[in-house]
Amino acid sequence: MIRPIATTREMTGMPTGRLAVWWLIASEIVIFGGVLGSYLMHRIGHKEWAAASAHTNTWAGAFNTLVLLTSSLSAVLAHNAALRKDGKRAAKLLWFTILGGGIFLVVKSIEWTGEIKAGYTITANNFWSFYYTAAGLHGLHVIAGMIVMMFVAADAAKGKELQRVENAGLYWHFVDLVWIFLFPLLYIAK
Amino acid sequence: MSDTAHAPASTDAAHGHDAHAHPDSFYIRIWGILLVMLVVSVAGPELAHRIVSNETVAFVIVLFTAFGIAIVKAYMVVKNFMHIGVEKKYVGYILITMLVLMALMIGGVGPDVLRHEGHRWVNQAAKDYKLPGDTGHHGDAYGEPHGDAKH
Repeated sequence: MIRPIATTREMTGMPTGRLAVWWLIASEIVIFGGVLGSYLMHRIGHKEWAAASAHTNTWAGAFNTLVLLTSSLSAVLAHNAALRKDGKRAAKLLWFTILGGGIFLVVKSIEWTGEIKAGYTITANNFWSFYYTAAGLHGLHVIAGMIVMMFVAADAAKGKELQRVENAGLYWHFVDLVWIFLFPLLYIAK
Repeated sequence: MSDTAHAPASTDAAHGHDAHAHPDSFYIRIWGILLVMLVVSVAGPELAHRIVSNETVAFVIVLFTAFGIAIVKAYMVVKNFMHIGVEKKYVGYILITMLVLMALMIGGVGPDVLRHEGHRWVNQAAKDYKLPGDTGHHGDAYGEPHGDAKH
């Protein structure tokens, strides 16, 4: 049997792929932490931002939180199925997670269309600059997660590379985590 | 050939990761709790603004129901969905290091954002900025609209 080097480094005590995902998440903490931290400081320091933030749609944000939490559930259930070596169920649940990501993006685009039509563009003022940057960066991560999960689900359906289901899930949970903090910052604190 | 083509489905058993797997019902229960917290995080601030007349009390309610619950939700996701509790300890240390770096960044640039003057420096534009129709001092020039927003 061929044992590739990438999966046999036991010095770290865990599969290399999963360690790589944790490193990715660690780097993302600094990226999103920087954006959210900067936003928080500006929001506290500038009372006039409250007027701008009053125009975000709380219900759209809440619905998207529900969607992402549900997609996180399906991602962890996919991981559970992979642990049981049930590749077909893991694949189905990953597709359900991808569907969640798709719904999230559709809601976001409807929301953004309304806001842009009302004149709240990325150049309207610094609140909207932060809003589109933070939510847009998060949206790109949602798209990246969906693409990765498509490949992982295709393999999982054939019973191959099931260890990747957990790795994709870890990344997706982090995307969910970022939204958990973006939601109150951008939609609730008005 | 794939880099993991012949790897086992999971090598986690070597350090007990699999041993902490829960039944599906456990994760559904956690999801249910997260949804209840989502409802509270939306309803709390809404009710606080409508019912509570005292601004300080309303602010505290918003702080706890929106941001306090966000922290609890995040903890539940990390603990139960990402299984940080059964992960190698150094993973936690890596993540905490990143959070510390983030806190250092916030601490470092905070004075420039939150204050408008300090020892041997002053942000005159920020000090001079006033909200339209207001004579009070609310922020700095960074918040000044420079587009065509219909506020």
